[in-house]
Amino acid sequence: MTQSNQSGDFQTANTLETFGFLPKLTQEEVYSQIAYVLGQGWTPAIEHEHPNNSTDHYWTMWKLPFFGEQSLENVVAELEACRRAYPDHHIRLLGYDNYTQSQGLAFVVYEGSGR
Amino acid sequence: MSIKSYDAGVKEYRDMYWTPDYVPLDTDLLACFKCTGQSGVPREEVAAAVAAESSTGTWSTVWSELLTDMEYYKGRCYRIEDVPGDNEAFYAFIAYPLDLFEEGSIVNVLTSLVGNVFGFKALRHLRLEDIRFPIAYIKTCGGPPTGIQLERDRLSKYGRPMLGATIKPKLGLSAKNYGRAVYECLRGGLDMTKDDENVNSQPFMRWRDRFEFVGEAIQKAQTETGERKGHYLNVTASTPEEMYKRAEFAKEVGSPIVMHDFLTGGFTANTGLANWCRENGMMLHIHRAMHAVIDRHPKHGIHFRVLAKCLRLSGGDQLHTGTVVGKLEGDRNSTLGFVDQLRESFVPEDRSRGVFFDQDWGSMPGVFAVASGGIHIWHMPALVTIFGDDSMLQFGGGTQGHPWGNAAGAAANRVALEASVKARNEGRNIEKEARDILTEAARTSPELALAMETWKEIKFEFDTVDKLDVG
Repeated sequence: MTQSNQSGDFQTANTLETFGFLPKLTQEEVYSQIAYVLGQGWTPAIEHEHPNNSTDHYWTMWKLPFFGEQSLENVVAELEACRRAYPDHHIRLLGYDNYTQSQGLAFVVYEGSGR
Repeated sequence: MSIKSYDAGVKEYRDMYWTPDYVPLDTDLLACFKCTGQSGVPREEVAAAVAAESSTGTWSTVWSELLTDMEYYKGRCYRIEDVPGDNEAFYAFIAYPLDLFEEGSIVNVLTSLVGNVFGFKALRHLRLEDIRFPIAYIKTCGGPPTGIQLERDRLSKYGRPMLGATIKPKLGLSAKNYGRAVYECLRGGLDMTKDDENVNSQPFMRWRDRFEFVGEAIQKAQTETGERKGHYLNVTASTPEEMYKRAEFAKEVGSPIVMHDFLTGGFTANTGLANWCRENGMMLHIHRAMHAVIDRHPKHGIHFRVLAKCLRLSGGDQLHTGTVVGKLEGDRNSTLGFVDQLRESFVPEDRSRGVFFDQDWGSMPGVFAVASGGIHIWHMPALVTIFGDDSMLQFGGGTQGHPWGNAAGAAANRVALEASVKARNEGRNIEKEARDILTEAARTSPELALAMETWKEIKFEFDTVDKLDVG
């Protein structure tokens, strides 16, 4: 570990909001976040966008939000399908909470190669 | 209507203002006072005096009372209860008719309820514990200019508490050096930074210069990180005119948020600024300097849950609530009780949290709870558990005291926050497993590892002065 009497250089990173400071989530870790969204009764949804436009409020929706979806596998399959269709795009998973009219969770699952 | 004749002189308050058979109306404003009377004065007389002096009564009967319908306008004490574990104090529940108060004026409500009555000689102590605002009154108040939902949408921050820090040292930095401290925090991973409450426009750093440099810091951090950032520019000033001038300039330099001290600035200024923010698409962060003067004594003053309710009605998007775990006073259940009042649309009576009335907030937007003061990395899992996602966690010393500086300190906090949220979502008990969760996260974050080492011994373990009343 670096000693506290040596000052380190912190490089600014381009991060993508929630979970942007954690190492890339493993498949298992992504699954448990999706399970959390479903467990809360939120509606899972997928959005994708070219990295150049990642600061926009609106990303492009991948199909409609998956209303009533209970199956983890189906959500994972949609994520993979979106990634095959847009390999250069960022892809995020969100959970719509219709009670608060907000998103209970939103995080980027795949970072696109972009450019 | 019954015929009355004028009978000059002094009557006992309880003849008119103690009405134990009264059933409060849905439109009544209800208040619970903790009363400690002078010895020898009966409870009913003390309680009735509080009702009278905070509504229509005065010490002597006057002839002009007969020109109106006092039965319609008077406040009434309708219930008296023992205070658990206290032999001398008691609770008085008082109902006030809606027409006693000007619409949308917290100033008017407080001037009545906590006015002259607090200096009344028959009382040794008096404390306003809670107010039930009727939904009819709530609908006349502007409330938070932005609210939790819109604030999240504007900032694109979902599924986690937000992270902030108050810039230190709180006084004495030049405008450019101050902006540097802001930029370092924001580029390192904080969402927002904050002016200290006593930073207004001192000789060492005039407000306009601070706003300009901070504006540049925000824009640069946003461009470099790709995330949305802000800094609460404190627009609290000596006059309302000056306050608005500063708020306009904060908007001009591109800050999404301004800040106000609602108690020292006052409710008139606060409500005005909240209206300005609503019209200008700005968020409003609220500091609470002076609150402990008013709310800390368990038998006298105003409980903070009342001040919190008043702030939600007057307008503010983020309000300081204490941390429970940090350097400042705050009982956990009591804090949770008023945090609910800030964020929920309905809060049921719950004496275990110090909530004396059901409170229906209707469609009033919610206020973020701000936890700030002596908190550091080791507190993170507990803070996420206590305050939940709709909160703003502020680590001042806990960010800028990092051995590598602000940016590394910010990153350490952000990693700890996200690791805690992720673990919570996985179903883990993050308060119990705090050490494991932080240790795991530190494996890939040297900044966090160093922060954990730096603050491992710091604790603030003193007993709470203002406890909830329990037997």
